Amino acid sequence: MRRALLIAVPYLWLLALFLVPFLIVLKISLSDTALAIPPYLPTLDFTEGWAGIWGFLQELDFENFTFLTQDELYWRAYLSSVQIALISTVLTLLVGYPIAYGMASAPEHWRATLMMLVILPFWTSFLIRVYSWMGILSNEGLLNQLLQGLGLIDQPLIILNTNTAVYIGIVYTYLPFMILPIYAALEKMDAALLEAAEDLGCSRLTAFWLVTVPLSRQGIIAGCFLVFIPALGEFVIPSLLGGSGTLMIGKVLWEEFFNNRDWPVASAVAVILLLILIIPIILFQRNEQKQREREG
Amino acid sequence: MMTHRFLSLTAAAALLASAATAEEVRVYNWSDYIDEALLEKFEAETGIDLIYDVFDSNEVLETKLLAGGSGYDVVVPTGSFLQRQIQAGVFQKLDTSKLTNMGNMWDVIQDRTARFDPDNAYSVNYMWGTTGIGVNTAKVAEVLGEGAPVDSLALIFDPANMEKLQACGVHMLDAPDEVVPAALTYLGLDPNTQEADDLAKAEALLMSVRPYVQKFHSSEYINALANGDICVALGWSGDILQARDRAAEAENGVEIAYNAPKEGALMWFDQMAVPADAPNPDAAHKFINFIMDAQNMAAASNYVYYANGNKASQAFLAEDVIGDPAIYPTAEALANTYIKGPYPPKVQRVVTRLWTKVKSGI
Repeated sequence: MRRALLIAVPYLWLLALFLVPFLIVLKISLSDTALAIPPYLPTLDFTEGWAGIWGFLQELDFENFTFLTQDELYWRAYLSSVQIALISTVLTLLVGYPIAYGMASAPEHWRATLMMLVILPFWTSFLIRVYSWMGILSNEGLLNQLLQGLGLIDQPLIILNTNTAVYIGIVYTYLPFMILPIYAALEKMDAALLEAAEDLGCSRLTAFWLVTVPLSRQGIIAGCFLVFIPALGEFVIPSLLGGSGTLMIGKVLWEEFFNNRDWPVASAVAVILLLILIIPIILFQRNEQKQREREG
Repeated sequence: MMTHRFLSLTAAAALLASAATAEEVRVYNWSDYIDEALLEKFEAETGIDLIYDVFDSNEVLETKLLAGGSGYDVVVPTGSFLQRQIQAGVFQKLDTSKLTNMGNMWDVIQDRTARFDPDNAYSVNYMWGTTGIGVNTAKVAEVLGEGAPVDSLALIFDPANMEKLQACGVHMLDAPDEVVPAALTYLGLDPNTQEADDLAKAEALLMSVRPYVQKFHSSEYINALANGDICVALGWSGDILQARDRAAEAENGVEIAYNAPKEGALMWFDQMAVPADAPNPDAAHKFINFIMDAQNMAAASNYVYYANGNKASQAFLAEDVIGDPAIYPTAEALANTYIKGPYPPKVQRVVTRLWTKVKSGI
């Protein structure tokens, strides 16, 4: 009985916060637009009883999903989002791993402070941090003024409103999500293993590749998923730092919703985005489970 | 997301003092669009707590209104959007008996706004302006020479000009409802056209200049122009004049000028209206009537450099507002403007798709 209750809580949680909103979005994606409040038809009318619900169900169709396949815009936006998310994830890993490694190898009494430094930026609003990048990267911004002041460049570098700025924004914003799981994995590692490897003839670099990296694999995988999944649907960073050419599904969704007032098509875009995301999430879950089994 | 929430200090204090009982009015207006001293004045005069939120695109406002239950008492959509929203049943008719300042309104503007809102039954004009070209005079002269066509759409729609201007930066409004009609005007076509062929020509024109546009955005250009980050913007008259004044205040040597395009300028009207489900329509009318007061309206225009539809306020306008033809165009210039109506859903989809293609290349 107690066991059933314990299991019921997370399932209720999922039901209320995931399944119900998903069903609402799915329902809208099967509707048609209308000039009304809310701007789609049909709406569910419970006052007519079963006949009303049946009539409602009959008016739903998959027209909006067919529409998405007819315009190359949508799949190209999905593809370009996947590409941007993948590249950002790799960059974040390249920046995050050395930081996590440095933290894990630092003397024990320093670690809490270093951890604090990684988490500290979260105390400032995410929006303010992205806006401050606009101030740093713009044509007359801090970076260009510095480089021009030092005489390194004559013309300002155009970074803001390009994909480069989007990568900088994503790497900066999601860096802690990469550092923390890798740090957690590295911190648990026994330093004696490295000594043993060196005793057996490994150079320090080979020991790093053969011992440290495999032992931090779980942390790397967790960090990559934590960066990749939110980066894929990212809207704020590309719309503030990106240029007109930055194509991401978050922006396409915004346009369907706001410019076309086409909630049904916007919902269809969102449903497909969710399906694309579910695959890495399932892989992530499996990975976690394997890890638990190995440890347990 | 791009809106920031403004809560005047007095409102916050009043909220704390009388959380549950105080009467409230919630206003949703464009960003950088009022003298904030007026908000405090309204609270002092009426004792109503004013909660003032801002947006920077009609699309955001419209989506909130169509979702229903926005919680706002007064909203300020642009004419063409208002027209469609009236059809969707978003607004309630104004109770003119509560609007004692109705006599202040300017018939010239009332006649034009009646094309969006017949008999002006649902809305009162807040401000109006034109969509035109803002330039950093020194930088544009440096790039294109002294004879640069700063008062012509050729500046932004001729690829030869844009190719040179891209180095110093060009922004355009992220508003297909404004930029597409401008492109059509440059081509000598009807800005209100719904013909697929004409729209395709506008698309081809926009595609030819898109590589040189740094960003399509509807509010960033104010700061970007003022800081000297960009040298040309297709934007709203008063916003560009605000950029001019911010640059002058900062004394950073940046000089900004605004010109309505000589080929014809889009004239738009931002209208105060009350949503059908407004929590406090009575206070909403009080707020609208307060703004319709000649001196209050003049204070707002003097602050934001936009013309208003209030005839009586003109006596209180500063000389650099009423006397500036970029704000109050001459009768001749006024005749050279056009009004843009809403698109039906099918054409809207074509225009949005065209716009996505212009912005992303796909």
